[in-house]
Amino acid sequence: MTATAHAASAPARTDPKVVLEAKGVIMRFGGLVAVDDVDMVVREGEIVGLIGPNGAGKTTFFNCLTGMYKPTEGTVTFEGSVLPPKPRAVVKAGMARTFQNIRLFGNMTALENVMVGRYCRTSAMALTSIVRGPKFRHEEAATRQRAQELLDFVGLGRTTEHLARNLPYGDQRRLEIARALATDPKLLLLDEPTAGMNPKETQETMDLIFKIRDSGLAVVVIEHDMRFIFTLCDRVLCLVRGALLVEGSPATVQSDPRVIEAYIGTGPDAPAPTPTAERPAVSLSKEEQA
Amino acid sequence: MNTSTLPNGARGTTAVTVSRPSMQWYLTLAGVVLLIVGSLLSWCYDEGVLGNVSLNVNPGPIQVFMIVIAVLTLFFLLLRGGLFPVLDRLLDSARALRALGATATAFMVAVVIVIALQTSGLANADPGVFVALVGAALITWGSWSLASDPTVDPVSVHMRGWVDILVIVALLAIVLFGAAYALGQEDGTVFVLFLSVLGGVSLALARSGLFSWIRVIAQRHRQVLMLGAFAVAFLFPFTQNGSDANMSIATQVIIFATTALGLNIVVGLAGLLDLGYIAFLGAGAYVGATLSYSAFATIHWKPPFIVVMIIGACVSATLGLIIGTPTLRVSGDYLAIVTLAFGEIFRLAMFNLDGNNGPNLTRGPNGIPAIPDLEFFGFNFGDTHDIFGIPINRFGNYYFFLLVVAAIIILVFTRLNNSRIGRGWVAIREDEKAAEAMGVNTFGLKLFAFAGGAFLAGLAGTVKAHQDVSVTPDQYVFLESAFLLAAIVLGGMGTVAGVLIGATILKLLPEKLRFVSDYRLLIFGLLLVLIMRFRPEGLVASHRRQLEFHEEDTELAEHVEHAHLEATAGSEGTA
Repeated sequence: MTATAHAASAPARTDPKVVLEAKGVIMRFGGLVAVDDVDMVVREGEIVGLIGPNGAGKTTFFNCLTGMYKPTEGTVTFEGSVLPPKPRAVVKAGMARTFQNIRLFGNMTALENVMVGRYCRTSAMALTSIVRGPKFRHEEAATRQRAQELLDFVGLGRTTEHLARNLPYGDQRRLEIARALATDPKLLLLDEPTAGMNPKETQETMDLIFKIRDSGLAVVVIEHDMRFIFTLCDRVLCLVRGALLVEGSPATVQSDPRVIEAYIGTGPDAPAPTPTAERPAVSLSKEEQA
Repeated sequence: MNTSTLPNGARGTTAVTVSRPSMQWYLTLAGVVLLIVGSLLSWCYDEGVLGNVSLNVNPGPIQVFMIVIAVLTLFFLLLRGGLFPVLDRLLDSARALRALGATATAFMVAVVIVIALQTSGLANADPGVFVALVGAALITWGSWSLASDPTVDPVSVHMRGWVDILVIVALLAIVLFGAAYALGQEDGTVFVLFLSVLGGVSLALARSGLFSWIRVIAQRHRQVLMLGAFAVAFLFPFTQNGSDANMSIATQVIIFATTALGLNIVVGLAGLLDLGYIAFLGAGAYVGATLSYSAFATIHWKPPFIVVMIIGACVSATLGLIIGTPTLRVSGDYLAIVTLAFGEIFRLAMFNLDGNNGPNLTRGPNGIPAIPDLEFFGFNFGDTHDIFGIPINRFGNYYFFLLVVAAIIILVFTRLNNSRIGRGWVAIREDEKAAEAMGVNTFGLKLFAFAGGAFLAGLAGTVKAHQDVSVTPDQYVFLESAFLLAAIVLGGMGTVAGVLIGATILKLLPEKLRFVSDYRLLIFGLLLVLIMRFRPEGLVASHRRQLEFHEEDTELAEHVEHAHLEATAGSEGTA
């Protein structure tokens, strides 16, 4: 609970409006407590990082926020109103997400993928779609145009008609972001947006996230790449075994011994030896054998 | 960029061939001449073999096939000779010639064998058959060593608009007369031979690249093609001269195709495997029957037929909602099982609502017979009317009416497909969780697909009741649902044209192949296996599915993309 004190002091400059507030979120699966009483506040125009070792409950927490899971206890408040645990309602309220393992609509084109994201902001129903009045055509054209703009925004403007599943890995990640942006969110949740990316792609993703933030959105990022997180985020939360361990500015979290401990563990010889020194020797010996 | 440099190269090679046609070219030409001459001669003394091939200069149907092949061969030869340089750039004549030669030879060998088997030995064969055989062999031999000539990507070729439209018109005319001709064949053997020749010729044309060219044209002129196809369907009864048998088949084909289109929304777009779909057609038919003027109708309220149609469709849709609300929470295999069971429940319920086990609504296994023909404003569907001197009989009347119903369903299907709702359906098919997380109302859309598909089937069912005269439970067995599904898979999931073609094949073949009716299911099974092996996206692929199954083919991907971009640009231009 000392963490909240940090949070209050960190963005004290102008103290912008709170977008998302999660209070006492608990998620139990049978006897397992996956998320244990986590509080989180996200303010306008903020990039918040969520770190923690594997299995710490980061993605489960995301699922609780976005209504994919109904939290066992606790509430998620978005812009002052409590969110029902329904993904559709959450999207409609203005919170969109991407997935850790990419979940695009593989057999739709890139443009169609983004157009699906517009679903909750458009209203054409069956009869209007069949009759095709001017209102429908206007909406359809606007959807198409907005989708194209978003593809241009994330840098996929030239691959509009490619099937999503044929896109290179990094482009698929960016397409997922574009699809999430198509829902006109105020808050974007990114689940490991740079997993499997090379340094150049990671840098591009970072630039993209800054660009998204600058367009007025708040962003929450789950990531394992510490350099990425600590350069990108205004504030970092560290989850360990479902519970919030530390919250604060990147510098605070980075230097917190408990975080290092959570990642590397405490043994008799506290700072675990880096195995990099040994690796070349092993491979060398293998080559000699061959 | 690479392809655009090709035409010059292609022209260069054809220019060489123009100046001195090779030895093989003349050899093939000689084959064509021999094949035509041979086909004009008598093939057999016996008049009863192969639908009479015993006359000189008056070719029987089989001989006409060979002449058609010869003329096609001649066309491709002239193409190679440099007669139509524009077409030559598009079409690979060498591959077409090879396929045509192989078809002709295989066909002639088959004919010789049939003659030898059906008469007593080859002594009864006339010289004509051997002349034709030698001609076919010469075509094969001559064309075998012809060098393939490079072709251009059809997307990069722009001809004048009227040329494109002329091609479409010609194609549709061929389809119309081909269909009329095929239906006119009474002899089963001749029909099978016709199908095999059609297969061979289609293969040849496909190998020449004609179909990919036509696909590009069709994409450019979608509206023209749709209107043209509708016009062909409209003109079809006029080619039948009041034939009851053929018009009855045609009406059944339309009902089947219409139902398959409804199912295509559920299966092809939303990806919900429905194995009991025929029940919705049945529900519509039973509503149509019980509200009809039949003496056996159990409900004595006789609203006008338009009202009956709407009631039938709504009853069907309600059934869809009732079955869908609880079951659409399960997915995949489970849904298939549940819908399969629903189909059986429907059939058994209709079987049992006979007054003994429940209210007398359907008269049980006896069904509701003697349903009178429809009558609109004094126009009785049972009467034969003369239009332009051509009699349009009872089936013709129903055919026209069903054509309107089919047009409505096609319109509904295509418009829904290209809308927010269609995208939502496909998204659900692809990844339901992700669709939900993107704000798509997954349950509502699935339910709507289910109920909407049922609505369309119910609409068709009410007409089917009148056209079939009687409605019994055994018309709505599981096998029919399976056939509907097969039509969709065979033709191409999620497409209109494909499902229409698939439905036509599946309904037409059993009618024409009555002499092998015992092996009907075996033949369908083989057909499906072959299609799945060699063309998994179905006969007509939607551009999405085409990419899906041939993803390694980047050239194709770019090609489809190009065509699509052009089509959208074109439609924006005209709008």
